[in-house]
Amino acid sequence: MSKTIIKLEDISKQYRLGVVGTGTLSHDLNRFFAKMMGKEDPTKKVGVSNRLDTVDGQYVWALRDINLEVGEGEVLGIVGKNGAGKSTLLKLLSRVTAPTTGSIKVRGRIASLLEVGTGFHPELTGKENVYLNGAILGMTKREIDSKYEEIIEFSGVKKYAETPVKRYSSGMYVRLAFAVAAHLEPEILIVDEVLAVGDADFQKKAIGKMQSVSRSGRTVLFVSHNLTAVEQLCTKGILMQNGTITLRGGVHDITTAYKKISVNENDLKRSGTGLIRFQEYKMTNLEGQKIDEVFLGEDFIVSTVAKANEPIDYTDLSLDIRNDSNEFVGHITNADDLFEIKKIDKGDTFSVSVTVKNISLAPGTYYISIWLGNSYGTMDYIENCIRFNIKQGDKFILRPYPFDKRAKIVLQSKWNFK
Amino acid sequence: MENTITTSTTLPEDDWSMIIRPKRGLLDINMRELWNYRDLIMLFVKRDFVAKYKQTILGPLWFIIQPLITTLMFTVVFGNIAGIPTDGIPKILFYLSGIVGWTYFSTCLNDTSQTFVKNASIFGKVYFPRLALPISIVISNLVSFFIQFVFLLGFLFYFMAVGSDIAPNINVLLIPVLIVLIAGLGLGFGIIISSLTTKYRDLTNLVTFGVTLWMYATPIIYPMSGIPEKYRIFVLANPMTPIVETFKTALLGVGEINYMQLLYSFGFTVAVLVAGVIIFNKVEKTFMDTV
Repeated sequence: MSKTIIKLEDISKQYRLGVVGTGTLSHDLNRFFAKMMGKEDPTKKVGVSNRLDTVDGQYVWALRDINLEVGEGEVLGIVGKNGAGKSTLLKLLSRVTAPTTGSIKVRGRIASLLEVGTGFHPELTGKENVYLNGAILGMTKREIDSKYEEIIEFSGVKKYAETPVKRYSSGMYVRLAFAVAAHLEPEILIVDEVLAVGDADFQKKAIGKMQSVSRSGRTVLFVSHNLTAVEQLCTKGILMQNGTITLRGGVHDITTAYKKISVNENDLKRSGTGLIRFQEYKMTNLEGQKIDEVFLGEDFIVSTVAKANEPIDYTDLSLDIRNDSNEFVGHITNADDLFEIKKIDKGDTFSVSVTVKNISLAPGTYYISIWLGNSYGTMDYIENCIRFNIKQGDKFILRPYPFDKRAKIVLQSKWNFK
Repeated sequence: MENTITTSTTLPEDDWSMIIRPKRGLLDINMRELWNYRDLIMLFVKRDFVAKYKQTILGPLWFIIQPLITTLMFTVVFGNIAGIPTDGIPKILFYLSGIVGWTYFSTCLNDTSQTFVKNASIFGKVYFPRLALPISIVISNLVSFFIQFVFLLGFLFYFMAVGSDIAPNINVLLIPVLIVLIAGLGLGFGIIISSLTTKYRDLTNLVTFGVTLWMYATPIIYPMSGIPEKYRIFVLANPMTPIVETFKTALLGVGEINYMQLLYSFGFTVAVLVAGVIIFNKVEKTFMDTV
């Protein structure tokens, strides 16, 4: 195992909610008196864990008990939804703010690219800004002197080096700023979403630069919502949810897990009159266990529970199946089986389940939408609420290599030779 | 050669180059780190200097226009209209010498008092010793002070040449000490205010007119000799008074230098500066959460 470069022990970070203003002084006094009396800081108790939508305390823990070790030369991807605590973690590492509890131990110099061009002054020339920005990022004047030519060359704004940067186009500005940052040589590089700016060319250049940084044995921490970039760059990853690390491991496990939670937790698109509403829905195997994966050719069950808010004469229920590219690939409805759902009293709940037989869609990821309605219109429709994978297996087709990605459905076949 | 490689790869387990903790001790101030960032401080000085006078026609001339016009105004209002005596010193010289010293103090205080609020956008993105910014402000103001000081010397020599009764004396050797005291006081008060304003902005409103009021409690527009005995104690309690008085005495040769009072200013400066650095140091770690 390589040497540990960064070690986080029991790191937590607490933020106060709401506006700093009236009340802050009294809180400060409370803390002060508690400290004088030798009691625990009263505000540390009332914090709620980080759930952005269920906030009832006045303090919130943006990070809670984070323990993490990063080895030398590791390129660690940090993924998680907005508000999961990724940026707070990077802020602590880059010393923009301090943790509430715990300690961070580091070997070597940290440089953070939380945003390129920090401290650029519009009135200064390109050259002056290279020096200023380089110094802000932690380089000495000597280091910048020795790299100046390289930086200017990389940025491609050589002709304008003596022009104030306020006359630059935004593209030139970003290129120059990134060039400075790219020529830092820290042992640890922290990158947060900087690749979101700039055109495709620039992004390619930036990713290439970061790859070469990691190949040279330096440690990189990379936060991004761009999973492709994360998979390209990182070898390991952590998944953050509500201020804690919920999963750590290889980068592909992490991105897969992230895709899963981002479907489950995203606000689902729901429409309809609401005369009947779905209350539960799940996908199970024939034994009734919840699943999110089936082998090609297997059966599975989708079961729903719904409640009528008004008396209903009759309703239909249907499932739409879409693939990863949002193409509509399958449709099932109760009428297919001449099955009827009718005469439901107000306030009644009912459950409907459907067994899908011999699934023959090409292996891949699919989404099921569920619909309740009749000739008067849609009563409840929840889009893409069930996500599942179809795996090739050996039930339906026996070829020992992966199914052709261009094909959308799988046809069973019997071969003869004479 | 091989020896060095092996020692560097078998670092002891607790050989961390940096440990970040929630709080640090009161006096845990990393001066060495600040020293490592000296290039940054000088680049900030250069930035301030260049940015201030870019796209102005008069450029650095503004450094002397400001004190000159203030001096003329004081001469007319306080000298001629109000008739406040100047201890027999030419009015322009009397006011100018006071203003040059005071301007350095007030710009240091005003500019450093906004360190956190004004630079929040940089501080929020990247770490460098926060103290680098107020120190760079004090240095860049020192540059303008020197320009104004030379301007003042010009006037001094002119009045000496036309035969005014002024006599610069050996005490001019104290001037470097005075400059350090002014810088220290301005910086100390400035960083205390900037630390306190990260949470409560009330002080910001106070600073602007507070500094103006403070000037009237300092013998800038009136001589020490003109103060009635019963108010004397208040003016003397002001740590800027002995500094300004010594400055004037050294250059113009009137009045006397009271070393006890100067020592008081020195003690006051050290106290304010130490308190300022301690408070600043405590606030800088988490100010981004409250600013």
